[in-house]
Amino acid sequence: MKIVVLVKHVPDAQFDRHLNGDGNTVDRDESILSELDEYALEAALQLAEARGGSKAGNQVIALSMGPAGAVNAVKKSLQMGATEGVHLTDDALAGSDAAATSLALAAAVRHLGDVDLVITGMASTDGETSLVPAQLAERLGLPQVTFASTLQVDGGRLTARRDADTSSETVEAPLPAVVSVTDQINEPRYPNFKGIIAAKRKSITTLSLADIGVEPAQVGFAGSWTSVTNAEQRPPRTAGTIITDEGDAGIKLVDFLAAQKLL
Amino acid sequence: MAQVLVFIDNPGASLKKSSLELLTLARSLGESTVALNGELADGVAATFAEYGVAGILRPSVQDLDDFLVAPKAAYVAAAAETAGAAIVLLDNSPEGKEIAARVGIRLNAGVITDVVAVDPDGTAHKSVLAGSYNTACKASTAVSVLTLKANNVTPEPAAAPTTPGTATVEVPAVAAAARITERQQKVASGRPDLTDARIVVAGGRGMDGDFGPVEELADALGAAVGASRAATDAGWISHDAQVGQTGKTVSPQLYISAGISGAIQQKAGMQTSKVIVAVNKDAESPVFEIADFGIIGDVFDVLPQAAAEIKKRKG
Repeated sequence: MKIVVLVKHVPDAQFDRHLNGDGNTVDRDESILSELDEYALEAALQLAEARGGSKAGNQVIALSMGPAGAVNAVKKSLQMGATEGVHLTDDALAGSDAAATSLALAAAVRHLGDVDLVITGMASTDGETSLVPAQLAERLGLPQVTFASTLQVDGGRLTARRDADTSSETVEAPLPAVVSVTDQINEPRYPNFKGIIAAKRKSITTLSLADIGVEPAQVGFAGSWTSVTNAEQRPPRTAGTIITDEGDAGIKLVDFLAAQKLL
Repeated sequence: MAQVLVFIDNPGASLKKSSLELLTLARSLGESTVALNGELADGVAATFAEYGVAGILRPSVQDLDDFLVAPKAAYVAAAAETAGAAIVLLDNSPEGKEIAARVGIRLNAGVITDVVAVDPDGTAHKSVLAGSYNTACKASTAVSVLTLKANNVTPEPAAAPTTPGTATVEVPAVAAAARITERQQKVASGRPDLTDARIVVAGGRGMDGDFGPVEELADALGAAVGASRAATDAGWISHDAQVGQTGKTVSPQLYISAGISGAIQQKAGMQTSKVIVAVNKDAESPVFEIADFGIIGDVFDVLPQAAAEIKKRKG
């Protein structure tokens, strides 16, 4: 099987995150592999291992689009066990919205040849739009299975379970397909010493827009269909009234709600 | 006047509040047409008229619910073309966003999610990076596709009702889509949906395995029940209830946080709530930095007392 996992280098959500002066891009200092992408990678590794791993010809390709630093998301993926890494990077990609991102990623996936599965996280932890997996599927003309909490592949078909608020669904799709997985699907492994050493010997292919046949005007600020016209930092929330319970805090809480007309 | 298409999926016997919000917003932007999927109940048809809908479109096929989003997106895109829509509005549910995503590609249209308000010129407002920035965004394309977060528009019927006609839209064939082979309805809790509830009561590690007090207070307030990841991972409550970075982002009028410390990922899910109340034993909990009203106390004392007091006052 040939599985492509989309991995994104995002600002660590443990710290305050900032937009750059243009309001359209995120400050990527203090960035890490998006936490939600680790579940996608783990799902891919498990599928590959169940089929005999790389010795049996199974490939798990970690693909990241982004500036120079994004290669760190690929490196971490290789340490976890991906067999190959691909870094799509080009100055013209800066400022790409979901539509432009999905266009570039679709071209990169096509460039990688016959792919059986593209697996992504349920959202990136920076943009959080969840648009890219669906847009990628639309552009590639593939079935999409989003928010999978289980994933099995048998022959040329995949079966997944999805849990929504009011129902649970079982879905089936033929391969190739685009799948996004939730944080309920597995427990991602930590890179161990062996994995870290092995990663040093694995190759990372760098692709530019020219390599994947995309014009600079199709992506980045020029190719995006949406733009941010204004961005203002929200004033931080400040603490209001804090009381210590002296046996009547529940009643004081209801008084507060009544005063706020929230009852 | 701009044409606005509103997608409404399987409304059943009556429209949800979030659908009324979409119809109200649509009217402020131009002339609205509804692209409906599912049955058109009499009550729903009457509400469309009351909300000034100019026309109702329905799909040529009945099996849209058997597949994951691709055929629905093909239908909505075709409906937008039929209506000559410059703006397509959908709800902000995970499915709504995915349909929007694919409609955007089909129509070469910019997509903006998590929208809280739209100006007459189509500029959309939303907050990003877990509520730390408010941004204004605009699509540069002829058509824009927007998904509206619930609880940001006050539903209001039109000044004068309309008599919308109905028409059928031919749904284009889709190359490949995942088929839903089985669907199990979950037992209805009778509580509002977490993502569009006006009030959310959420519990965390401090509930120590017992969500009873959270549920009791939620029911007294007519609220939805939420939870931190620690509580869902511990299996105290279903994963669907998770609020935060990897769960649902909520922006209710009132968010009551019970026994949740308020680490940054948890704050991320609730930062845009209008009023935040926190109850926690630990005075050092970061949640107190953002609470409008904080109680340093035991959730097992405070929550039941508040629930009883609300019931008493409501008679």
